[in-house]
Amino acid sequence: MPQYILSRLVLLFVMALLATLVIFLLANMVPGDPVLAQLGDLAASNKEFVAEWRAKWGLDLPLWQRYLIFLQQLSHGDLGISIASQRPVLQDVRDFAPATLELASVSFALSLIVGIPLGIMAAVRRDSWIDHLARLISLIGVSSPTFWLAFILLAVFYGGLQIAPGPGRIDSIGLPPPSVTGLYLLDSALAGDWATFRDAAAHLVLPSIVLAAATLGLITRTTRASMLECMQQDYVRVARAKGLRSRRIVIGHILPNALIPIVTLGGLAYANLLTGAVLTETIFSWPGLGRYTFRSAVSLDFPAIMGITLIVAVVYLIINLVIDVSYALLDPRVVR
Amino acid sequence: MSAQNTGPGPILDVRDLRTQFFTDAGVVRAVDGVTFTVDAGETVGIVGESGSGKSVTALSLMRLLDEPSRIVGGEVRFRGADVLAMSEDELRAIRGDGIAMVFQDPMTSLNPVLRIARQLVEIMQAHGRFDGEQARARAISLLGRMGITAPQRAIRSYPHQFSGGMRQRVMLAMGFANEPALLIADEPTTALDVTIQAQILDLMVELNRDFGAAIILISHALGVIASVCRRVLVMYAGEVVEEGPTEQVLASPRHPYTWALINAVPRIDRHLPGTRRLTTIEGAPPDPLAMPSGCRFAARCPFRISKCDEHPPLDEVAPGRKARCWVTKGNEALPQASPPPPTTATIRPKSEKSATEPLLSVRGLVKHFPLRRDGLFAPRKVVHAVDGVDLDVEAGETVGLVGESGCGKSTFARLVVRIHEPTAGRIRFAGHDIAQASASAIRPLRRRLQMVFQDPYASLNPRMRVAEILSEPLRFHGLTGTSAETTARVDELLVSVGLNPKMATRFPHEFSGGQRQRISIARALALNPDFIVADEPISSLDVNIQAQVINLLVDLQEKFQLTYLFIAHDLAVVRHICDRLVVFYLGKVVEIAPAEDLFMRPLHPYTRYLISAVPIPDADAERRRKRLPLVGEPPSAVDPPSGCRFRTRCPIAQDICADVPPPLTPHRTGHLAACHFAGQF
Repeated sequence: MPQYILSRLVLLFVMALLATLVIFLLANMVPGDPVLAQLGDLAASNKEFVAEWRAKWGLDLPLWQRYLIFLQQLSHGDLGISIASQRPVLQDVRDFAPATLELASVSFALSLIVGIPLGIMAAVRRDSWIDHLARLISLIGVSSPTFWLAFILLAVFYGGLQIAPGPGRIDSIGLPPPSVTGLYLLDSALAGDWATFRDAAAHLVLPSIVLAAATLGLITRTTRASMLECMQQDYVRVARAKGLRSRRIVIGHILPNALIPIVTLGGLAYANLLTGAVLTETIFSWPGLGRYTFRSAVSLDFPAIMGITLIVAVVYLIINLVIDVSYALLDPRVVR
Repeated sequence: MSAQNTGPGPILDVRDLRTQFFTDAGVVRAVDGVTFTVDAGETVGIVGESGSGKSVTALSLMRLLDEPSRIVGGEVRFRGADVLAMSEDELRAIRGDGIAMVFQDPMTSLNPVLRIARQLVEIMQAHGRFDGEQARARAISLLGRMGITAPQRAIRSYPHQFSGGMRQRVMLAMGFANEPALLIADEPTTALDVTIQAQILDLMVELNRDFGAAIILISHALGVIASVCRRVLVMYAGEVVEEGPTEQVLASPRHPYTWALINAVPRIDRHLPGTRRLTTIEGAPPDPLAMPSGCRFAARCPFRISKCDEHPPLDEVAPGRKARCWVTKGNEALPQASPPPPTTATIRPKSEKSATEPLLSVRGLVKHFPLRRDGLFAPRKVVHAVDGVDLDVEAGETVGLVGESGCGKSTFARLVVRIHEPTAGRIRFAGHDIAQASASAIRPLRRRLQMVFQDPYASLNPRMRVAEILSEPLRFHGLTGTSAETTARVDELLVSVGLNPKMATRFPHEFSGGQRQRISIARALALNPDFIVADEPISSLDVNIQAQVINLLVDLQEKFQLTYLFIAHDLAVVRHICDRLVVFYLGKVVEIAPAEDLFMRPLHPYTRYLISAVPIPDADAERRRKRLPLVGEPPSAVDPPSGCRFRTRCPIAQDICADVPPPLTPHRTGHLAACHFAGQF
């Protein structure tokens, strides 16, 4: 097992290095001139000014040199300076990432906590009301567009019933908790500030439901299908022939097998939640990475784009590592 | 404990059991009025072909059926209590405790993600017989009793670390964990090698004796039943058609279906040289959705009389013997079987030793399969699948390859037709070297060198109609010009394998297993080959269908002068149809001999064990002969033993066997063996 993890880690490092190269090349080869995007028309027509500006940002060096500089800076944790915000990209990311991390994690937890039991119940009581409910939920979750669901929920619970708070991470009059991790729930709990905790939690409800909807649907559906498939296996009949209680058969024999495909799906779903929250963040004025990425993309802010893409790539790689390791833990056949 | 419950009367009493499948197409009466009893400590066999209802009967006894099958009538009394009327809790108390069950496929019967220990311990804990520590200790001792070496270590393993035979031992340990009064074993050895099957069957006999548990053994093979069971039930189309003491039923059956089952199986202990055809009955079991109102076997019965339009009852024909037949109502014996005459009345020309080159000549053939590395820098290991094999096959011969699974016989077959590329060695076919030849160089030879695969379900493309399957090779090799010619050839092929040309428009799933294997054979024949490699062509078929396919292969050989390389694990079949046999062990040939000579005077100890392991469908013969117990399982082909590869299981191995690999040397005419002490065992 340790050897298995070690070999996965080596692989991860190689992949990450490859990712830096791809990201660098992509960012530098897209058509579009960052100079023109950043400078006004007037400044861009001034040749001297443009040349000086290019030299300042290292855009006049040959490609390979720029890549080496990029790598060297990277090794110091330096992702460069954002052209748009004029701040280190790492600083920007540190400011925006926790909001996304919090939202994505809560959404992920929601889809697992609801989706897996729902899928199990649906499979165990096939064709009962709970199965129909599970199918309805997953259908709605997978097929309703994010913006539509967000507006409906906002209209009903915020606009209509007024039981949900509005957009943002906390009330506009409230103050964020002292920053330790940047995750408001965690920080307020650490500070013992339960009023803020409640406020932050309330603000998370609608956006996390919206963000979780598709994942929840997928996880419910996959759990149900995977459970149903495992129930057909011979070892389940053997377990019944042993005289075990059905609860024990479901939890002790079927579930450990049925979870294996869910690990893959869950890992990828989490990665998707982390990186695919742009729409939800925009609608709920969520100051997260998704909006930051969007802004950087439209302004061709290359250092920011590269930095974020790299972080996303590394997050994907780490999640894949976690998937591989959990696979090995769940399925003894993976590691000899 | 429960096993001591040997009170008066049977422990299991089944009356008029009816189990039906409620399918979209209609109601299938899978078990249709089955009545029998099992006494304490008794061994009862249930035999029948697939679809006869024997497995459904077994599952019904413990109410383990899934939707859409339901028990619709009858009574199952276990120690007097009505199983069919029990609540879920009462039922659970019996399952795994009073009645235990062992299933067919040990590879899928154990939960792959749980350790052996957990799976063994939970059955004891579930019934409150032992607490955790006791259960674990008992699990270890049971594993040891079942013949698993180092049970303390084995119990911490996962199922995938065990071979099929070992897993079936674990299943048996599980079955006997709570000392049940009744063990139901559903085809427990069908998925195993013949040597391992012999071990498991012997173990079951011992366990029956030592634990006193009654055993219901379900099998399609009469030989398996004969070696364990005192009494046998024969099932056909959902009914019991014959019941009686095993030796009497096998020696002189009272139902034509039993008669057909017995005669369709070649016997390893009895073979008349020159007779290669087997007695078969035509047709297939009746459509379960529309059972005939009369005798269900009548349509296939060679002895039918007019009375057979009425449904016969299962009546006693002699003390302890029952049969469901009008013909044998007065306990008349059925006549001795004689195989049907060949369709073409040609005498098979004895292949005269020609001075010319053999059709196939293999020298020093080696195939190693690389394994995945254990770690990033670990050395790459290889599986020594075939490790230096020499073999000549003359035109017109039938050569059989036998050996346990993993011995390299299938790999060898695939090398010969160049599905695999050899690691080293020479293969000459019809004067051409094909071992290293390019795909395009082999292509013209492929016409003459065809293969029939084991699984008729997997080897036909489900999206292609039969006509397309058969015409594809014709068009690819440009054998037929016009589409009219192609159609004519396809029709001709179907006729030659005994199928109706009208079936050409159908898809493979519309055929039974036996019919599909006929299509596979037709496809191999399409190009008028000289040489056919058949890899276990009958092992997935019912015995009667096996006999039909064997007869077909024999007829085709005579008609088209074919040469066969025939791979099978069933030695009786191999003896029946092959001229020469090649025995494989762990990638090496250990013995080559004319079929008769090999069975009469085997020289290699392994060959003797193999022959001895085959169960004989004759209770008398089974009791008389002493089975040689081959212990253990073949070692890993990744790291084969030095010297003679069989030495680790050989009772006469000496020091020399570990140092010097024995060469394959001639001992008699055409009889070669690779053993330092050939013939001394």
